[in-house]
Amino acid sequence: MSVRILYFASLRERLGRGEESLELPEGLATVGELKDWLAGQGREALGQTPNLRFAVNQEMARASDPVLDGDEVAFFPPVTGG
Amino acid sequence: MPVRVQTEDFDLSTEVAALRAGDARIGAVAAFVGLVRDINDGAGVSEMTLEHYPGMTEKALEAIVAEARGRWALFDALVIHRVGPLQPTDQIVLVAVTSAHRGEAFAACEFIMDYLKTRAPFWKREVTPEGARWVDARETDDSAAARWNAGGNS
Repeated sequence: MSVRILYFASLRERLGRGEESLELPEGLATVGELKDWLAGQGREALGQTPNLRFAVNQEMARASDPVLDGDEVAFFPPVTGG
Repeated sequence: MPVRVQTEDFDLSTEVAALRAGDARIGAVAAFVGLVRDINDGAGVSEMTLEHYPGMTEKALEAIVAEARGRWALFDALVIHRVGPLQPTDQIVLVAVTSAHRGEAFAACEFIMDYLKTRAPFWKREVTPEGARWVDARETDDSAAARWNAGGNS
């Protein structure tokens, strides 16, 4: 399955990219599994960001939430607006 | 649109005038304006840049406004949040709400700000004499948002 992945703020800077589209391997079912897989694919900063937050299709998500074909998945540090 | 994310500045008087124009039911307006300070965590700040997640940020702000309208009897609400490069003394955010009485207006305005600080995808990067750094989230912001879930909503 194919997903669009977005990175923001310090994570975007550390990874040197703000987005990518990737074909995921079979058996990858949740946001947490996607994060672990990406961290093992040279995107170590995903495993090194304290309190990493997730969103799926622009809604806040948990590590146990599913990832489906065509989803937009975002990873970012805790928000600091206002 | 009750929610705007923009690089341009805003004018409090103009926005409040538009928000309450012609509505004689309104007995209270509460507004909050957040500003860029020239010091943060002990370091001088010469410039700040705000990043956001286009699409999700607007949705998150709309959801926060909708939740506030579900909790309090508001006539209207407005959130403007700026993004891009900002300087000390610049305005960052405006929250304004209208209601019949001050209690609802004060509470809803504070609630929207507390939730915005922890739920809306914005990130601050500031330039200090030691270089640029991403601002860390504060635990006090989490506790400020959490108290609204403890029944303290009026």
